[in-house]
Amino acid sequence: MTLFWTLWISIITLIVVIGCAILLRATTKNNTGVKEGEPMPHTFDGIQELNNPLPKWWVWLFWFCIIIAVIYAIAYPSFTANYNGLLNWTSADKAVKSLAESKKAANTSHSQYQREMDKAKSKYSAVFKSHIYNADGHYKDIVDIAKDENAIKIGQRLFLQNCSVCHGSDSRGSAGFPGLTDKDWLYGGDPKTIKESIMYGRQGVMPSWKEALGGEKGVTEVTSYMLKLSGRRVNVLEAAAGKTKFVICAACHGADGKGNQALGAPNLTDTIWLYGGSRRAVEDTIANGRNGIMPAWLKILGEDKIQLITAYVYSLSMDKNKNKNNK
Amino acid sequence: MKHEFIEKNVGLLALLIIIAISFGGLAEITPLLFQKETTEPVHGLKPYTALEMEGRDIYIREGCHVCHSQMIRPFRAETERYGHYSLAGEQVWEHPFLWGSKRTGPDLARVGKRYSDVWHKMHLINPRDVVPQSNMPAYPWLLKNKLTGEDIARKLEIFRYNFHVPYTDADIAGAKAAVKGKTEMTALIAYLQSLGQALSTKE
Repeated sequence: MTLFWTLWISIITLIVVIGCAILLRATTKNNTGVKEGEPMPHTFDGIQELNNPLPKWWVWLFWFCIIIAVIYAIAYPSFTANYNGLLNWTSADKAVKSLAESKKAANTSHSQYQREMDKAKSKYSAVFKSHIYNADGHYKDIVDIAKDENAIKIGQRLFLQNCSVCHGSDSRGSAGFPGLTDKDWLYGGDPKTIKESIMYGRQGVMPSWKEALGGEKGVTEVTSYMLKLSGRRVNVLEAAAGKTKFVICAACHGADGKGNQALGAPNLTDTIWLYGGSRRAVEDTIANGRNGIMPAWLKILGEDKIQLITAYVYSLSMDKNKNKNNK
Repeated sequence: MKHEFIEKNVGLLALLIIIAISFGGLAEITPLLFQKETTEPVHGLKPYTALEMEGRDIYIREGCHVCHSQMIRPFRAETERYGHYSLAGEQVWEHPFLWGSKRTGPDLARVGKRYSDVWHKMHLINPRDVVPQSNMPAYPWLLKNKLTGEDIARKLEIFRYNFHVPYTDADIAGAKAAVKGKTEMTALIAYLQSLGQALSTKE
């Protein structure tokens, strides 16, 4: 901050503080020549005013505030940005212009925010890390973390905070957002793949096939064939016609319709539907396509937290019997 | 000057009151208008695209800022949930700023890229579809209303010439074509996805 602004702030502040003191001094003196409690010489619309001075307690409170203001200005950053006060207090490193600068500043910062962060770190860091790191400083196996009850509790908290918005607080998803409690995985349910999905996100693109299939009729036929794959009763002729057209779909979903986890192409032969399994929903998917995006979380959450969330998600489908009834 | 004289002249009294209460503003506000911290953008700050700018106006029209703040304070409880605390340098091109003062819903300062476009769409049509316990109103008309793009070039011009936001001639010339015919939903989602990106995408 330049000298000009330092002087600007200092002078105005001093004028105000001293001005308040002078005003207070002037108004507590009796300059009216009328005794306390006696009528003042003026009347307004026949209403008379008595000379009632300011209450003592109020005057002392005002003086107290003026003194506090002076102490405050000395103890805390006041007159210039270069003066941090006797307590050397700042709220946060607010002059930084990027995350990198912010991280750098945090190393030497004594701001209130940084102190709060450091305190939390010394209190929780060891406990937090003990759940995800081995003694040798490497990550624990996610399968092991998933068996650790406390780690799962932390993972669940993180999941509820960040993931439940789409996948639901019961982790069972909704239309367009996969359920995570079953054994049906779009990209694979092993810990490594789950972690990859969370860290880097996924883009599940189903193109629009209406034209390639020759309009509504083609869509209806392929839908019939697909519904037949998942064991429903359909028009046999339509399904037969759809089967020949399914060649286009087979590129991603496989000739048998069982999907391909490398591409995130769903298995079409089971009864789990990402966008709904009604004929209308399936037709809509085929005709107009779908665009399912899982955002990338690495930069938002950091790998440590993702390790715990991965373990939590993995644990959801670990116990077969417990989740038998899920869709 | 006699106290009685001031009390009996309303105009003079008003003038003196204005002088007295302006001291606070003069000492606290005016220096900020000339500090690098508040006037220089953070590294990597991008001006809103034409579509995002339209989305921002819809955000204002629907009163989103009444329930959602865009100001992450430097407390651990907030930064753990929302990300890095907000910096003045992120807001230098905001006119008016949309910090808000009430959080009925969560802070949105860094909501960009956290959820997919499809999620935002479903959520705006009916929040209960994705967050059952939500008390946010539904905004289904955003899907029907189409942008005409009539005013967008002028808007960008105002931001360029009055507020010194670095829009190029090409930005302004292409503004109308960039938004015309798109739905308000698309614009609002584009705006939401752009929020807070200067500090959350750079590691």
